[in-house]
Amino acid sequence: MDLIKSVINTLASPTILFTLIIVTFFFIFPLNDWFYRWNKRLKLDSFWTNRGGIKMFIILLVFFAFGLFDENFRLIVLKPDNVPIVGLIFLVAFFTWLSMKQAVDNDVHIENNENVNEYSDPDDKVLTWPDLVYIELIALVLCTVLLIVWSIGLQAPLEEPANPTLSPNPAKAPWYFLGLQEMLVYFDPWIAGVLFPSLMIVGLMAIPYLDTNKKGVGYYSFKQRMMAVSLYMFGWLVLWVLLIIIGTFLRGPNWNFFGPFEYWDLHKLQPLTNINLSEYVYIIWFSTGMPDNILLREIWGILLILGYFLILPPLFAKTWLKNLYNRLGNFRYSVFIILILFALSMPIKMYLRWMVNLKYIVAIPEYFFNI
Amino acid sequence: MSKSEKKKKESILLRLGNSQVWKSIIRSGVPRDRRGRMLSVLNSVFLHLHPVRMPKHAVKLKYTWCMGGLSFYIFLVLTITGILLMFYYRPTIEYAYTDMIDLREQVPLGIMREIHRWGAHLMVITVWLHMFRVFMTGSYKSPREFNWVVGVMLLTLTLLLSFTGYLLPWDQLAIWAITVGTNMARATPFLGHEGPGAALLSIGDINLVHAGSDVRFALLGGRFVGEAALLRFYVLHCIGLPFIIVIFMAVHFWRIRKDGGISTPL
Ligand code: HEM
Repeated sequence: MDLIKSVINTLASPTILFTLIIVTFFFIFPLNDWFYRWNKRLKLDSFWTNRGGIKMFIILLVFFAFGLFDENFRLIVLKPDNVPIVGLIFLVAFFTWLSMKQAVDNDVHIENNENVNEYSDPDDKVLTWPDLVYIELIALVLCTVLLIVWSIGLQAPLEEPANPTLSPNPAKAPWYFLGLQEMLVYFDPWIAGVLFPSLMIVGLMAIPYLDTNKKGVGYYSFKQRMMAVSLYMFGWLVLWVLLIIIGTFLRGPNWNFFGPFEYWDLHKLQPLTNINLSEYVYIIWFSTGMPDNILLREIWGILLILGYFLILPPLFAKTWLKNLYNRLGNFRYSVFIILILFALSMPIKMYLRWMVNLKYIVAIPEYFFNI
Repeated sequence: MSKSEKKKKESILLRLGNSQVWKSIIRSGVPRDRRGRMLSVLNSVFLHLHPVRMPKHAVKLKYTWCMGGLSFYIFLVLTITGILLMFYYRPTIEYAYTDMIDLREQVPLGIMREIHRWGAHLMVITVWLHMFRVFMTGSYKSPREFNWVVGVMLLTLTLLLSFTGYLLPWDQLAIWAITVGTNMARATPFLGHEGPGAALLSIGDINLVHAGSDVRFALLGGRFVGEAALLRFYVLHCIGLPFIIVIFMAVHFWRIRKDGGISTPL
């Protein structure tokens, strides 16, 4: 028992969990034909069958049932405001499965030149009353019942009265913002709290204008829009839902990391000696000491950032993403790739932190400008 | 039930449906035929958000998951329970917390706060899932691009509504969550006093952007989460944001119809 728990605790540590997920993710949601072939070869599409769905559900259920016997697990998961997130995990898993199942189904139809499941004769419509209004009524009643049962069963939390002088440890934002709070570990607030959310909103709004693929309107499908779907899945499942789960369940006092079966020890020590890139360059590699001029000091980081955003896009356009570039054209491609690079900067910075304790790539605290 | 009894019962229903009172409320009476069913949708201000006829797949649960409709329904539930909560709640440091206790202990059948809070969580989830469904069916593509943009606004507003409501109980959970959240505003480029570029906005030695004039100050009405912040969040939560979100919802629903109804395979 304890062995299983400690294995899970270790597996859940951000480094390992994240690496596992990133390595496997695009085999499950293939980005291009190469991944797609591997997906088929490894039979990873069997997730999206009835049996696959039931298996996933049972695994999730067993995990939570097993976990509830553990005191530490119970303490976090049953905290009233965390209960919705447990629900969220099940719902996200279910609806991901449901949509992918229908998508994979339709892929087969399309392959065979058949109509997709959603297709029906345009002249043969059904009446809204009763066909739709009844479904709506039932959905509405079920939703009401769910809310009432939930409300009777679980009291809304109310803690001690507000006390501005006594800050709880950890102080957490509401759960839907915990992905951003998790980013605060790796980025300064102006990036994690202002730039990233703005880019997320802009990026989401830009999706219909960036996706020029005309196929796949009005029915679930995967193969025809492989890259769009897989990228969206990555943003949604990994950079959004997973970070929220980590932030909610696995971050304890001092924002230290705790496994799901670990006691939230106030005194858990994490050695924190993060080093800026400029310190690496001048103190460790050149051993000259830091220059006084800010620009000189930070030039390496600035060059790195400029390179990341200015050199990578044309490089990709010439090589790896040539087809995409030709399809999207200059402007769409630039916006697309910049947004993707911003999204990728999150995992990149996380790994830099974990592997070389990198604090800032550009550190100009004089102007609150740290990257 | 014998046959004659059944007949009698039916005729009572029918009589009711044909009575002057019923017909004055619902013109087309009880829908019994195709025409009546169409009229009952057309003539009702609520039902006529829908088209009268729809393609088969569009009414299936496995296509839309009913998530958009449920988001809207939960929004209505939140509005109603929110109004009830406003009867009891006073947004001042003195009373806010004790009103919460009273709600819990004195108000009979007091689950309004629970429904409101869990409903708010649920709405965030249903809106996410709705967005996910719209993505997976490719419904954001032309001609529905703009409605997707409106949808993203709705998502943002939903999150902001949830966030502003989080402060109102005025307990430890509330003020520290909002403190963590709004501290980030301090770092807004140019507009926050600890944001990059803010130091550049100065006249001589005088900083234009400081702790008493930046966006965080505007948001909180002060330098920390206190009385003024509570009032601001209350007004935003109860009036400001609902007002805006209703406008966006109206546009959203209108555009669904104008963009050709639920997306359909060609
Ligand atoms: C308060 C939040 C929202 C409400 C109440 C709402 C409501 C609805 C409803 C009732 C529909 C009809 C079809 C259905 O139920 O799926 C719909 C469709 C649609 N929604 Fe939303 N929605 C919301 C948020 C969003 C968001 C966040 C997005 C995307 C970012 C979005 C994009 C769309 C689009 C593109 C359609 C047309 C879908 C189609 O034609 O198949 N909506 N919305």
